Parts: sequence; structure tokens; C-alpha cells
Amino acid sequence: MNSKVMDLKKIEVWDGNMAASQAFRQADVDVVAAYPITPSTPVVENYATFEANGYIDGEFVMVESEHAAMSACVGAAAAGGRVATATSSQGFALMVEVLYQAAGMRLPIVLAQVNRALAAPLNVNGDHSDMYLGRDSGWINISTFSPQEVYDLTLCAFKIAEHLDVRIPVNINQDGFMSSHTAQNIRTLDDKTACDFIGPYKAVNAMLDFSKPVTHGVQTEEDWHFEHKAKQHDAMMRSRKVIDEVFAEFKELTGREYKAVESYGMEDAEVAIVAFGTTYETAKIVVDRLKEEGIKAGIISPRVFRPFPLEDLSAQLQNVKAIACMDRSAPGGSVGALYNEISGALFNSPARPVLSNIIYGLGGRDMTVSTLTEIYKDLVKEAQSGKLNGTIQRFVGVRGPELNYYNA
Amino acid sequence: MSGNKVIKNLKSFSTAAERFEGSHVLCPGCAHSIIVREILNATNDNLVVSASTGCLEVCTAIYPHTSWDCSWIHIGFENSSTAVAGAEAMNKALRKKGRIGSDVPEPKFVAFGGDGATFDIGFQWLSGCFERGHDMMYVCLDNEVYANTGGQRSSATPIGASATTSPAGSTSYGEKQNKKDIIQIMAAHGSPYVAQVAPNKWKDMIKKIHRGFDTKGPVYINAMSACTTEWKFAPHETIEVSDLATDSLVFPLYEIIDGTELNITYRPKNIVPVRDYLGAQPRFKHLFKPEYEYLIKEWQERVDAYWEYLQRREEARV
Repeated sequence: MNSKVMDLKKIEVWDGNMAASQAFRQADVDVVAAYPITPSTPVVENYATFEANGYIDGEFVMVESEHAAMSACVGAAAAGGRVATATSSQGFALMVEVLYQAAGMRLPIVLAQVNRALAAPLNVNGDHSDMYLGRDSGWINISTFSPQEVYDLTLCAFKIAEHLDVRIPVNINQDGFMSSHTAQNIRTLDDKTACDFIGPYKAVNAMLDFSKPVTHGVQTEEDWHFEHKAKQHDAMMRSRKVIDEVFAEFKELTGREYKAVESYGMEDAEVAIVAFGTTYETAKIVVDRLKEEGIKAGIISPRVFRPFPLEDLSAQLQNVKAIACMDRSAPGGSVGALYNEISGALFNSPARPVLSNIIYGLGGRDMTVSTLTEIYKDLVKEAQSGKLNGTIQRFVGVRGPELNYYNA
Repeated sequence: MSGNKVIKNLKSFSTAAERFEGSHVLCPGCAHSIIVREILNATNDNLVVSASTGCLEVCTAIYPHTSWDCSWIHIGFENSSTAVAGAEAMNKALRKKGRIGSDVPEPKFVAFGGDGATFDIGFQWLSGCFERGHDMMYVCLDNEVYANTGGQRSSATPIGASATTSPAGSTSYGEKQNKKDIIQIMAAHGSPYVAQVAPNKWKDMIKKIHRGFDTKGPVYINAMSACTTEWKFAPHETIEVSDLATDSLVFPLYEIIDGTELNITYRPKNIVPVRDYLGAQPRFKHLFKPEYEYLIKEWQERVDAYWEYLQRREEARV
């Protein structure tokens, strides 16, 4: 715990960026190395302000690029301490090389990622292009829907990443502006409770432990590379157990419950939307209204995007008749990633729902209650007829002629 | 025992405990291993070492083996500087927090990079580390070419050298640009200590490395590393070619303290012509055709002018 305590009210008004900054501060991070980029800049600015006012005992290194930020994080983590950073979009793209290295070297770094579109055209608003870009990088990816969740799950992220059975970096995603710049009431933990929940950092193969010299970042070719990558995947798959445990521990402490797959209204749902981020919150409102109309609607989200909770999703979607998989990322010449993953989850199961892919919200285009209502109403028709209304993929909320692809 | 190691003569050097072991796969005659041994042997302190992707890295850390009996890290091509800078920041943090006791001696942080990693792809990272003032030593193993990948030009490749991406041919004399003056650039960062060293002048080198280790802040060492494979001389000629490099003043040995105090640390008794240095390396053999003689002449003029410049700066203390 940092030596200077910040007195927090039980409920503070924070946006998602402040929630991430406060979680970093309470985690008593040893080294934060970062570079500012919209919309995650305030995470770094808030942290700098904490430091300037004596609330940070660790080192805060303002580097010259996001690539350098993640490089310094890797060096610092290998040296043997708690490390975190924040970024978005182009910055995340610049980091990608080192993200793979952080994961391959099994360094438990925490990244607060404020999701934003990828250029071109340049755009500072929220979509999930950057989250999708990093999905094979070997990081645990967790999706949040609100500033409260950013706070809670960033605290959990340190505990998950640093667990001795895990040692995998964790990326906590939140929607640019919709979460990062939207102030809400946040139920806080006091500094000691938060820091105790995470626990002390457990060093593994620390470069600053000179009793046991260690070589990080070796060369492996066809003789060993596959074994290393296989073990890395295995560790990721096994991390799910720890993620569930940490979520359970957090619930015990706060009463706030998190699950690898979040769902609302799914108990009896005949139509369902699968989506990440703040869209989940909007859909909850729509689900409530539709239930009043007698429509059995539900919303489901892989809170944990990696390791992908394939079995949980499949189990919860068995009785659904029509599903729209909503991807907030330009699919680049195929169906969206979420559509692919849900298809994969269901293919070996008995369920054969009508499955459509909606591309929406690129570059911060709003997904409103009324548009979601229309999507659900279309799903109802598909559930009744047992077949797609049109093509598998369609773009929703884009101006110009309709864009529909892939016939069933 | 900590601090600088006293190296009186070659015997004491050759029998010193090794933290860079012989079990590497660098080419026979490669100067990298000589330089790395000389640097690691210059201190008794604990070491955190990084290497950028390149010859040194791929030849010394091939799983499940390692040549490094010290803390070592490799991330990528461009960021060996930032890797140790991150470790240095962690060292500061853990000491401030009392998780590393004040009784534990401070380690030394050393980053190695080739000229490709230093002059080209990693320059921004290096510049950032020096601007921030991390307490570290960056050593460029300067063999003037991307040797690890088979001899492509870098911005350290001198004019007239034949490299695979700037080859000499019937209408080309090879590399067209002059070598980037990295030493002046690093001194201009406000680095407290910048020096050029060569492994053949090992006493001069050890003295500078000691000074570098005693200096607080970011230290830049440009180490001339004659490359048997890409400069195309025989493996047993490494030191002879290195002697030609330092004695022709193509690689003048000097240091710059706090950006202003320039000291020439080696004055050859007999300055040899640049022509002799070039003639010992088949990468320059096409320059000896009559049509390219002017390039050798120009090169000699450049070396003379630079030597004059160094002497004037040494005198003027600016």
C-alpha cells in the first residue's frame, strides 16, 4: 500500500478513466510506464496528478511512445515487480509487437485499454477494433460495461495476472467515451482493503534477484518454439479457474458479482443478442421493455473474451431460437469475430439457432435503445420462421445503401 | 566485493571470472564477444543486461542454453535500451519501497545493441532513454551492417561499402550515404559521458567503461566491432583490421564529458592511410578500380577533417 492514503467516499463520482487510475493507485503499482492517447489519456494524467501530490510510492515513467511504454513495462516486470499501463487504438496497435513478447515471457502486466477505432480514417471514438487486434496476443482479455466494472475488474486483474498459476498479462477493456468519459457513482474500497485484496507482489524469475541469474526472452526455433507456445496456451486455458476464484473472492468482499459470461434475461430467452462493452447495458433496458411486451429477449456477453468461455456460452444459448452476434469492429472481408466464435461454440452442440452477424457502432456511432429494439424485433421474426430474414451479415446504423452479405 | 574491477594486464583480464561464457555461436573472429567480455569483466557489480535482436542475442540465448551468467533480457530489435530502463525504474521503485534493502549494492544496467538497432530501428527508444536520464550504459556494437540477417546496409554503413541492399555493381560503388555521426548525436542529448572504444585498444576501453560505470545517468559507448563475415576479412585478422581502423583514424578513440569536454584518448604514433584500412576489407575492394579512386581520396579528406575537428574541440573545450 502507498504510504499516503487517499480518503475516498463510499461513493465517488468517477468516469471510467478515473476508475482505472484509482485502481492502479490502490494496487500500489511499482512501475507505471505510459504514453498518452485519446481517450485513455486521463488514466495517465490522473496517475501523474496522484504522483505529483505524493500518493504514489512507485515509479512513473513517461516514455516517448506506446511501443516504448510496453517495452519498459516488460523490462520492469522482468526485473520483478507490479507493472501497469494504459492505451487506446493507434497506441495499442503500436504496442502489438511487445504485447506478444509480454505474454510469451509470461509477465503479469495490467493494461487499461480504452477501446477506440483504428485509422484510417482517423477517429478518436469508441469501437472494438483495437480489442480485436490484440485478441490472439496471448493476453487475458476482460470486457467491462461501465466505470464501476472498470474499477472492480482492474483490481481483480492484478490478482489474476500475478497468480502463480497464471502469470499472464491482463487487458481490461472499456468503451472509449461511453465508459471512459462518462461519470457515474462508483462504490469504492478504501486503500487498505483494495490493496489487501490484491495482496503483495510475488516475484518470479526476477532480474533484480542476483542470487539466481535468469535469461529472459530467449531464441527458440522449430525445436522448441511450439512447446513454448503450447504451454502458453495451456496456461491461458487453465487461468479460467483462477479468474472464477478471484471473481468469487471479490464478490465475498464487495457483494458485486462478476462472471466469465454475463447475461441478462437469458433464463427463458428465445431471442438473444451477443455483444461486448456498453452495448450490454443499453440492451438490458431494451430486454426489460420487451419482456413487458411478452417478448422473451436476452443479452449475453463474454465478459472474459480470452480465455474464451466457449462451453459457458454454448450452454446458455441452447434454448435460444435466434441470435444476433454484434461485432463493433470492421470485419475486413469476413463475418465478425464474435459471430465466428459463437458459431464455433454452438456447432458441436444440439442447438441450431438462426445466427446473424451485425456490424455496428464503428468509430463511435451510437447504438441506441430504438435500434436495439428493432434488432430484437427482427430476431423475433427469425425465431418464428426458423430462418434468416435476409443475409447472415448486415451493417446497422450506417448511412447509404444497405450493406448485406453472405446468404445462408 | 563491488565496484570497478582492476585489470592490470592481459593475464589478469584473461583469468577473470566470466559472466559472459564461451558457449556461444558467434562467428570465429567476431569482435562482439571480445567487447562484451571486456565490458562485463570491468566490474564486480551485479549486472542487469539487455540485448536487442541481432547477432549477440541470437548467438547467446538459444533455448535451453544461455551464455549469460547475469540477469539478462531480450525483447525486440528496437528496445534493448528501454528494456533496461524499465528494469532500472523497477530497481528505484523497490528500493524506495524498501523491498530491496539499502545494504544491497546498486547493480549496473547495461544495454547492448547493434548499429542497426542503435542508428536505425531503435534510435527513438535510445533517444527517449537518454532524454529521461536513466542510470544505464548503452553499448552499440558497431559493425556498420545488419550482420545477423546477412549483410544489409544500415545508416552506420559507410559510403562505398558493398552491402546486400546497397551492393557494388557495374554501375554502383555500393552504399551512397555517409555514416550517421551517432556519437555527436548522443552527446547532444546531454549525456554525461559518451565515448568511442575499440576492442584492440583494450586498456583505453576498460578505462572508459570504468568511467561509464562511475557516471550517474545515461552513458553511450560506441564500440567498433570488426565483422569478419561482412567486412570479409579472415577470422584471425580481427585485431589487425581493428588496429587499421583506429590507426587510420576512421574510428578515432575519444570521449565527450557532459557534452562539452572532448578528450582524444588515443593518438596513433604512425597514422596509417585510410587506403590501407579499406584495402584490408573486401567489402571495399571495388573502390580500388580507377573510376572510384576519387572516393578513397574523399574518404581520406573526410577523416583528416574530422580529426582536425576533434583536436580543435579538445583544445577549445566546447
